[in-house]
Amino acid sequence: MTTSVPGTDPSRPLETVSELLPSATPVRFLDPAGEPVDEHAGYREPDSGLLARAYRAMVIGRRLDTQATALAKQGRIAAFPSSRGQEACQVGAALALAPLDWLFPTYRDSTALITRGIPPVEVLAPVRGHRHCGYDPYLHRCAPMATPLATQAPHAVGLASAAARLGEDTVALVLLGDGASSEGDFHEALNFAAVFRAPVVFLVQNNGYAISVPLARQSAAPALAYKGVGYGIPSERVDGNDVLATLAVLGAAVDHARSGRGPMLVEARTYRLGPHTSTDDPSRYRDEAESREWATRDPLARLETHLRRAGLLDDARAAEAHQAAEALAAEIRAATAQPPPTEPDDLFAHVYAAPPASLAEQRRALADEPRATASADVGGRA
Amino acid sequence: MTAPTRTPDPAPPVPVATPVTRTDPPPAGLTMAAALNHALRDAMSADDRVLVLGEDVGPLGGVFRITDGLTAAFGADRCFDTPLAEAGIVGFAVGLAMYGFRPVIELQFDAFAYPGYEQLFSHVAKMGARTAGRVRLPMVVRVPYGGGVGAVEHHSDSGEAYYAHTAGLKVVTPATPADAYSLLREAVEDPDPVVFLEPKRLYWSRSPVQLPVRTEPFGAAVARRTGTDVTVVAYGPTVPLALEAAEAAAARGWSVEVIDLRTLVPFDDETLVASVRRTGRCVVVHEAQGFAGVGAEIAARVQERCFHSLHAPVLRVTGFDVPYPAPKLERHFLPSVERVLGAIARLQWDDEPDARWLEAGGAGGAAGAVRPERP
Repeated sequence: MTTSVPGTDPSRPLETVSELLPSATPVRFLDPAGEPVDEHAGYREPDSGLLARAYRAMVIGRRLDTQATALAKQGRIAAFPSSRGQEACQVGAALALAPLDWLFPTYRDSTALITRGIPPVEVLAPVRGHRHCGYDPYLHRCAPMATPLATQAPHAVGLASAAARLGEDTVALVLLGDGASSEGDFHEALNFAAVFRAPVVFLVQNNGYAISVPLARQSAAPALAYKGVGYGIPSERVDGNDVLATLAVLGAAVDHARSGRGPMLVEARTYRLGPHTSTDDPSRYRDEAESREWATRDPLARLETHLRRAGLLDDARAAEAHQAAEALAAEIRAATAQPPPTEPDDLFAHVYAAPPASLAEQRRALADEPRATASADVGGRA
Repeated sequence: MTAPTRTPDPAPPVPVATPVTRTDPPPAGLTMAAALNHALRDAMSADDRVLVLGEDVGPLGGVFRITDGLTAAFGADRCFDTPLAEAGIVGFAVGLAMYGFRPVIELQFDAFAYPGYEQLFSHVAKMGARTAGRVRLPMVVRVPYGGGVGAVEHHSDSGEAYYAHTAGLKVVTPATPADAYSLLREAVEDPDPVVFLEPKRLYWSRSPVQLPVRTEPFGAAVARRTGTDVTVVAYGPTVPLALEAAEAAAARGWSVEVIDLRTLVPFDDETLVASVRRTGRCVVVHEAQGFAGVGAEIAARVQERCFHSLHAPVLRVTGFDVPYPAPKLERHFLPSVERVLGAIARLQWDDEPDARWLEAGGAGGAAGAVRPERP
């Protein structure tokens, strides 16, 4: 990993506009066919051990995605937001972080969460329908998945500042989409992070569409990464389908933040190969030729080609990754075969640390009602 | 309707603020503003995790000087200015609270708090529930609120209904300097997020108080005046008004009990119900617009719980259902002693139906169609 952003001086804050500007073209190590290209702007190529971990995580993430999508179509879970095609971004983000760092994800970041080590059944709790957040944020140092766009970004800034106040070198990484870059909270978070020099990395996964709205209707900026410059935040563009590039750039960005030089903004250009969720119909808003073209830039296939050519992946290691992915899929199927356990009292249990009297009164009233049938507790379909 | 003749409380126009510390004339007690300042100081002294942040709260000490001297006393690490962005302030505080700090944020004016509402409603209020209690947000959102100070547009709103309607928040509003101190200390110590609404027209009100003081805890309403004929319910800026009205009512032979709610969430049904069961009559007074306001909730609760004790419908004296008016009009908008007395007079002291709803074509509308004939 690089320890700083290429072309910058670690001994002083970034001050000039040129230091803040992203690369003219997205940083990449591999072309879509998996051929090495010299377009990595001085970033150091990730080592083979990290690439092996990334490959395994991407295989597992891809399987999580296909399994959850299938379960959504069967009605076993609610509408699932697929991140198929964005694995290089999400795996790159999760692997760039140290164990004590924090991740602030959105609803589309399941692959990042399982790469972070969160059990898939806990990640899927919102779509199973029994909990808005199935995991312990403190145990995994991962905030709840945010559904209102960009709203978790200022939380990341506050938490990273809090950690810095305590003398820790914790970095917070925020996952966002291209649509979220239009939200006020995105801009307020960037500004707060810059003013307070908070150790935060903002990763915009620009997949070209906010549900159906194309990037051209989202922003007229030359690239979303340029939004950092106005806040005094160094920014970078990366090929979001090249995990070598996402690992290299995000690793450098995390190091930059950890070194006390403030936040960084990274835009990863990628593509959502699937629909927005399992209830979406992308043919209404995007050209199939475009989707076919992006399918040829599949981040997993690209990495596999590279690893096999470099002698870093053989059939046995590939098979092991796929077996682990199948085991994960089986675990998800088993867990979702039955409706998740719910208790009516769950409504009241955690709203306040101690329920006020008026709520305790409603809680007793619900407890006195005849119990609803189990079928009524099944998570709904969107 | 009686034309209101009460003049607004004398107070300087905002944002020109009055210093908390006055040297002359000799203070007859402590102002609410000073009590709040002391509460913040004592909370910061008691707990290193307490941070004060917001717009202009640093060296300036806030536009109302509530944070006066805190940066000097505790350093710019503990009390500091932020960029001017309310959603950012609230969201930033969420992150601080997630990581063990106890942020006290100031949203400079009631109507300037609105950009922070999504953070408050979607995250601050819900974090405990959505994480099954794993993440608590012990943060305080201070909001100077309410009218009566001759302020320009967007400086006089009363947003308590929005907050009280949002499950997961606690909503507090003091009416006395002692309560201002004690409730703010309790808010900082509370494990849940607290919206702390400071009646700006009472910032310069004074009463003798020895600090540190601890008054009744959250969820306890108190009777500021006891009476036997009518319960007048008020909170924050309308408590002094209710007391004034009670005094005037006494001259007309009505014994009025004044209940100060102090905290809207948690809500003290018990004290209110006990009072109304004794008096049999109830009037709710608040500055905010009446429609779907906190007074509507209180009226419903009292009628649900005290129906057989009530001699009259619960009446409300509130702001009209219009945007907060320009300063020269606010005296017509705000509840007044005369309006409270007018409401008390309509509490079915005889068997006559309430004339207000009997006027042909009046606001009684459909309700008039089923009214009993006047005898």
